[in-house]
Amino acid sequence: MSVQTISSTPANAARISARSRDRLLNLISPLALLVVWEACARLGFIDTRFFPAPSSVISTLIDMLRTGELVTHTAVSLERLAYGTVFGAVPALLLGITMGLNRSIRALFDPLIAATYPVPKSAILPLALLIFGLGEGSKIFMVAIGVFFPMVINTTTGVLEINKIYLDVGRNYKANRWNTFWTIALPGALPVIMTGLRLGIGIGLVLIAVAEMVGAKSGLGYLIWSAWSTFAVEQMYVGLFVIALIGFLVTLGLNELERIIIPWKTD
Amino acid sequence: MRSTITIPAAKTDLPEARPARPAIRIRELRKTFGELVAIDGVSVEIAHGEFFMIVGPSGCGKTTLLRILAGLESISSGSIEIATPSSQRPVNSMIFQGDSIFPWMTVWNNAAYGLKMRRAPAALIKDVVGHYLARTGLTRFADYYPHQLSGGMRQRVSIARAFANDPEILLMDEPFSALDAQNKLLLQEELLRIWEEHKKTVVFITHSVDEAVFLGDRIMVMTAQPGKVKTFVQVPLGRPRELMQLQKAPEYGDLISRIWSSLREEVQRARRQEEEMTS
Repeated sequence: MSVQTISSTPANAARISARSRDRLLNLISPLALLVVWEACARLGFIDTRFFPAPSSVISTLIDMLRTGELVTHTAVSLERLAYGTVFGAVPALLLGITMGLNRSIRALFDPLIAATYPVPKSAILPLALLIFGLGEGSKIFMVAIGVFFPMVINTTTGVLEINKIYLDVGRNYKANRWNTFWTIALPGALPVIMTGLRLGIGIGLVLIAVAEMVGAKSGLGYLIWSAWSTFAVEQMYVGLFVIALIGFLVTLGLNELERIIIPWKTD
Repeated sequence: MRSTITIPAAKTDLPEARPARPAIRIRELRKTFGELVAIDGVSVEIAHGEFFMIVGPSGCGKTTLLRILAGLESISSGSIEIATPSSQRPVNSMIFQGDSIFPWMTVWNNAAYGLKMRRAPAALIKDVVGHYLARTGLTRFADYYPHQLSGGMRQRVSIARAFANDPEILLMDEPFSALDAQNKLLLQEELLRIWEEHKKTVVFITHSVDEAVFLGDRIMVMTAQPGKVKTFVQVPLGRPRELMQLQKAPEYGDLISRIWSSLREEVQRARRQEEEMTS
């Protein structure tokens, strides 16, 4: 006869260790890729004209940081991204909530959005250059367009998905339009709106790189493009790396923002 | 001074000083949704301070009737007059069935919602909301969000929100139907205690005969669809009430069986209608 013992591992401790194990695994895969890449480059398994060793990319990165060149390009791109996000997100938020609350406005704008949304945003670049010229306007416009569509669509959906009972409460407790907007529609749709913002900034990042390649003399897109024309492959990788890093940090920042502005959200 | 609002017509000029004027007067009310007749010729007068119960089978239009009183639904014909305070106080506040408190507001902000919407002074909001949170046992939870509370506590917030708004009439749409039996009993008793403070006019919908007798002064039994008045039952039980005491009283059991026998026919008729519709 045997005795079975069920040992009590505290559930909390188990969860924490699982999470830290996930973190460790998250780190291992990119590090392993870099190590393999470095080894292949040094051993001559891959063509370093296209795939320079990570170590040489890093030393280029340090050089570019030292000259201030990288910081300038990054700052310019970030500024365009920030302005574009604001100019795209704010009108999208206002229009989206209004569309969600008002049937007629929704009927009015729905076909316009449905017709313009599928147009590839990068295909609008020549038009943006035509209208706004080579200056900042065209870049900011491209980012704004990229942010606008996912934001307006998600905001409308978010408002429409609010449980009707909350709107009844608003009517019964005599909330006027302004209060319905601020106390019911906006907070009720906020989780879905944040998803829209996340998607929008992702698209904005793609578009800013594209826009800077064609019509700019600064920014990370320009950096990557000029690296191609001068065959400075390491610089190109530095540009790609910084864009990836921005995307990553934006995601982290938005997670944090969400935690602060949506304290009622349950995981 | 009191004035009258009539739904949907504009204000009627009734002569002043009619002391016996009811809080709510419904005449030949009819409500149709397309072909479907939800409410058919309901007439009733509800007195000031009356705790008025409506029971009826599912789909008898009782919720529709309450939503009409709340101004969330229009009427097809007939009239409703609601005596309104001349002051800034609202005509009605509704306690909804199920979760209706805003998940994105703290308990305090939920309870203060009505007062904030009508721009009550901050000091008044603080006093009134503080009072009703204390009365509902939620003072400690003022800064909590609804998802941190149990279902019973969330419905307490809903009660506090309605009472804090200080309306002329309180409308309650099966507010306790989603709760377990023990919580339901606790909240019924709490509701009575809070109501005893000011004895506002209450229109309360339920499908539970026990609840109707325990809470109400008068009960209106409705027929299966189309909803008509089947009968009115006066509840001759004193107040304050306590369920344990009531259950010992012989008239309590009599009342329940009387109402139930009247309601049973309608519930059975509602079921037959449902079966015909599905077959």
